[in-house]
Amino acid sequence: MSVGAQDPSVSSFYVNDSFYGDLIARFQDWDHDRHGICDPVERDGFRLLLEREARFLDQHKYDDWLAMLTRECVYWAPARPGGGDPRTEIAVMFDDRRRLEDRVFRLRSEFAWSQAPASRTVRMISNVEVFEYGEMDRRMLRSNFIINEFWDNEIRQLVGWCGYDMQNIDGRWLIRAKQINLINCDRCIRNPSIIL
Amino acid sequence: MSHDWEGLVQEDRVHRALYTDPAIFNAEMTKIFGGTWVYIAHESEIPNVNDYVTRKLGLRPVIVLRDSNNILRVLYNRCTHRGTTLCRHEKGNARAFQCPYHGWNFLNSGKLRGVPWADGYSADIKDEKFNLAQAPRVESYRGFIFATLNLEAPILLNWLGPMTKPIDEWLDRNPGGKIVVCEANRFKYKGNWKLAYDNSSDGYHVIYSHRSLLEMENRLSDAANKGMAYYKNSPDSLAMYVQYMGNGHHFKDKRPNLQARPGGLWAIESTHPGKEYAEAEFRRKYGERADSLLDLAGSEPVNINIFPNLSLLGNHIQVFQPISVNETDAVWYGTRIEDVNGDIGDALGTINALRMRTQEGFPNFGEVDDLANFEQIQVGLQCEEDEWIYMNRGHGIPDRIKTNADGTITAPATDEVFMREYIKEWKRLMKGPTPLSIKREP
Ligand code: FES
Ligand SMILES: [Fe+2]
Repeated sequence: MSVGAQDPSVSSFYVNDSFYGDLIARFQDWDHDRHGICDPVERDGFRLLLEREARFLDQHKYDDWLAMLTRECVYWAPARPGGGDPRTEIAVMFDDRRRLEDRVFRLRSEFAWSQAPASRTVRMISNVEVFEYGEMDRRMLRSNFIINEFWDNEIRQLVGWCGYDMQNIDGRWLIRAKQINLINCDRCIRNPSIIL
Repeated sequence: MSHDWEGLVQEDRVHRALYTDPAIFNAEMTKIFGGTWVYIAHESEIPNVNDYVTRKLGLRPVIVLRDSNNILRVLYNRCTHRGTTLCRHEKGNARAFQCPYHGWNFLNSGKLRGVPWADGYSADIKDEKFNLAQAPRVESYRGFIFATLNLEAPILLNWLGPMTKPIDEWLDRNPGGKIVVCEANRFKYKGNWKLAYDNSSDGYHVIYSHRSLLEMENRLSDAANKGMAYYKNSPDSLAMYVQYMGNGHHFKDKRPNLQARPGGLWAIESTHPGKEYAEAEFRRKYGERADSLLDLAGSEPVNINIFPNLSLLGNHIQVFQPISVNETDAVWYGTRIEDVNGDIGDALGTINALRMRTQEGFPNFGEVDDLANFEQIQVGLQCEEDEWIYMNRGHGIPDRIKTNADGTITAPATDEVFMREYIKEWKRLMKGPTPLSIKREP
């Protein structure tokens, strides 16, 4: 629980012990068929949401992208398959709201040499599945991705799948947590400096 | 092949060939990554009997393990039959390794245990030549495991020499002087491995190469003194310094810039996920002790660089792994602490979680920019007529550089003296005869 009315863009009170506990519990053992939602309308709604997210990132519309996440969000790319425990293991990335805004700030500074010139990306999203999670205002999503990244005169692919913890707030679905599982997350990666 | 080493490595500059010539790279894999002590793994990665990790000694695939008798070994990951690698996993626990090709079976001492249909051999299959090759010398200093193929190398302790002091201090600030390796930020760059080692004590690049990081870290505070902000104005007049320690090792010590008190380290720590929570929680629960607990999650401002491939910085164990003349892997292993003395209690979880987050900061927002610069050095060095790389900062200025009684050399933080000195050790190894050997179990 966050303490008082602290702004998560400025200070990080919400990344506390119970936050980690919930996060780990949520991303354990969740994508079971028995929780799957087959309704094509609902599924298409989420597919659209993920496609829009991919477009915002491809177009570097970072403010629009940040607005797709809850205030107290997390963006987590584990450093080993299966996720591991971010409390006792290093992750490739583990950003709260402020650190995501840091990331965007850095990319917008003119001095992020790893992104000067910036990568051009085209993201492909597929295999979108929707799962029930607890209350009606919560869902878990799973999608596969290929990020085609053009940088330093080469096109390479970053490949993996994402898990999303979604919450409906005032009729809008927002991303509470995005777990990015690169299939080579436990190997050396050249210039991992774009937002995944 | 013979090179004019004196011509290539001069007083204040080195030739581009050191970074671009595949023949020099190949010689390095023998003479440096074979001829001197090379860091190979940390004991916390193989805590139990029969634990192993697979690594490389230069380009040689090896299995680093704690054998069934608790002996640390660096086995060549190469079947003595026809040469395939025996073990293709990153880590595991195994008493024996069975070759996936024809099934030869080796104990984790390296001894050949048996082969399928042994009656088909006229040769004595018990001959030691069929046992796995292994590094003849493997030594560990306080958990850091090193190997060399050079029987004439000094013992590890003497080779580390004065480096043991910063290593000890780096460890001893943690409970029980102990750290545990816990996953990593793993990078690859298209450049020579020495570009990373050249960078490891480089105080000159900080405000330029890391400008995006410094601006980012200080974007929310007016005081603008977080992270490495002390490099901003006159870094050479500050108390921090760089020290050449002999045998190619060097040490950048930024600790004298801190306030000498519990919490002095934490005071310059920039923003990280969970930072304010931990601070508030510790101050409420532990009062006076909060500062020293928070320091355990803070990033220790040192660079302890052990030639040729190890750098302890912040709380990281960074390892440089050459792949080819123009490709290198740089792995930033994270470390966590344990409550060895039982005095941390329920603060441990929060400290370690925060320590993970402080460690992810620099690789994500700082190292990526250095790596881009390393890659672009490799590109720039393709200008073959423009032959020289200068490392002359601080060179020839009277009274700037001090030689200490123990033979170490101290200079202001932005000096390139550490490069001029380590490359002499590199040259000595490259010039010299290299009596390498392997051993096999009898
Ligand atoms: S190569 Fe290993 S048994 Fe043949
Ligand atoms: Fe750097």
